[in-house]
Amino acid sequence: MATPQRVGGHGQGLLATLGVLAGLLILWELAVRVFAPPPIILPPPSAIVAELAAAPRYFLRHAGFTLWTTLAGFALSVVLGVALAVAIVASRWADRVITTVLVVMNSLPKVALAPLFVIWMGTGAEPKIAIAVMLAIFSIVADVALGLRSVDPDAIALARVHQATAWRILWKVRFPNALPALFVGMKVAISFALVGAIVGEFVGGSAGLGYVILVAQGQFDTVRVFAALVVLGVIGTLLFYAVEAAERFALPWHVSQRSAGSISREA
Amino acid sequence: MTSGISIRNVGKTYASARGPVTALTGVDIDVREGEFLALLGPSGCGKSTLLRCIAGLDAASEGTIRVRGTEVTRPPDRLGMVFQRDVLLDWRSIVDNVLLAAEFQGLKRAPHVARARSLLERFGLGAFADRHPWELSGGMRQRAAICRALLCEPEILLMDEPFGALDAMTRDDLNVELARIQQDGGRTVVFVTHSIAEAVYLADRVAVMSTGPGRVVEMFSIDLPRPRPLSIRETPAFARHVAAIRGLFSRLGIVKE
Repeated sequence: MATPQRVGGHGQGLLATLGVLAGLLILWELAVRVFAPPPIILPPPSAIVAELAAAPRYFLRHAGFTLWTTLAGFALSVVLGVALAVAIVASRWADRVITTVLVVMNSLPKVALAPLFVIWMGTGAEPKIAIAVMLAIFSIVADVALGLRSVDPDAIALARVHQATAWRILWKVRFPNALPALFVGMKVAISFALVGAIVGEFVGGSAGLGYVILVAQGQFDTVRVFAALVVLGVIGTLLFYAVEAAERFALPWHVSQRSAGSISREA
Repeated sequence: MTSGISIRNVGKTYASARGPVTALTGVDIDVREGEFLALLGPSGCGKSTLLRCIAGLDAASEGTIRVRGTEVTRPPDRLGMVFQRDVLLDWRSIVDNVLLAAEFQGLKRAPHVARARSLLERFGLGAFADRHPWELSGGMRQRAAICRALLCEPEILLMDEPFGALDAMTRDDLNVELARIQQDGGRTVVFVTHSIAEAVYLADRVAVMSTGPGRVVEMFSIDLPRPRPLSIRETPAFARHVAAIRGLFSRLGIVKE
């Protein structure tokens, strides 16, 4: 029996992506050389690479700070988000309260809130982490609550017939059932956590890629702004694929991860 | 009648947008210990509702159900249940799905592993114990669901159209196996079906149910000798039972001649 397979393997996909990226960069470089805009408007990629190569420790230090606040915000979002989703599913009352608070929180622009967090928490890592959590937690709560709820009613009936407690049903049925949804939420949340960390760094602080961009912009150092953006893009992409790799590892059983044909389809 | 089920004047009314709906009314049945009772009827006759009430999953609106003399207010002890769909959890291997029956009750896995594997062996799934549900056919999955129901040696087995979603050949196969384990085990079974032949083949008694409102109209005793080979379905005695039940359905206007 032929098993369905995507055209091209993992390596080929990566190769194609890098090819397209390289093509765009060459186009960019050529355009800058031909039209020669002032470097303050658009520097060529070669200048950006040179900027990164000139001060690798500087960029690494600030990227490290942004990475740490992003990951801390993301981890907190997952832990708090799952706990809130469990509460929402467990009680109608908690559902009303938590959902309302989250919707209100989510409809406020975080950029406008960020200065308040700086006033409350200072200019260290804390306000950045707090803003990252505020941005990232919504998708975790929404997706996990949906996953905990959308359980086959017969599976609950089966558990009840065997006299399972509510906690045991949560742990053995609802929670594993919600794992695919958790990963969907985590893929959105990881990007939002990075955005939140940067927003926090824009408002106040002395470290992180957001701070680098802010300072460089003040000095009209467009090359450095671009260099920081490149690092930011690389971090964001790597984080996203890290979550996806974790998903593949954690959910080999899920429909979205299966590749081989099954016996029932072959029969 | 200590390990039997007594159903006394049981009714079930649901609230709906258009007022109360009576799903079941005035049901009186005594299921003897070790008896195989089939609940037979068309869709909407309340047979699954009755089964869920016996299981303690739904509460009866009127009357009482007693299992081993104790009134049912929650799922009784030593109960196994098989649903129309197998309800296997995708993230667990087949043997882990079977062990779920013990895990739900908070029992340790280890003492049950050997029994789980031997049950799977008996149902022809020995080689598939460590596979996942999606790797098995519908018939194999339902066999695994039966193993799960049997894991903790239930005294009462409730089956809600367990073979309704299977093809005819797989269904015959599982009917034979079910008859065989009933022969060995001697447990009380309540089996919901809408197939007359299946009910007659498996049951000691068949409670024929009708709609509008759901109720038991007649009880048929099936005195066919056991063990029953599949070929018993070609005997005149089998045909007489089927004809009697079909005749009743036709008088009720459920089956048209």
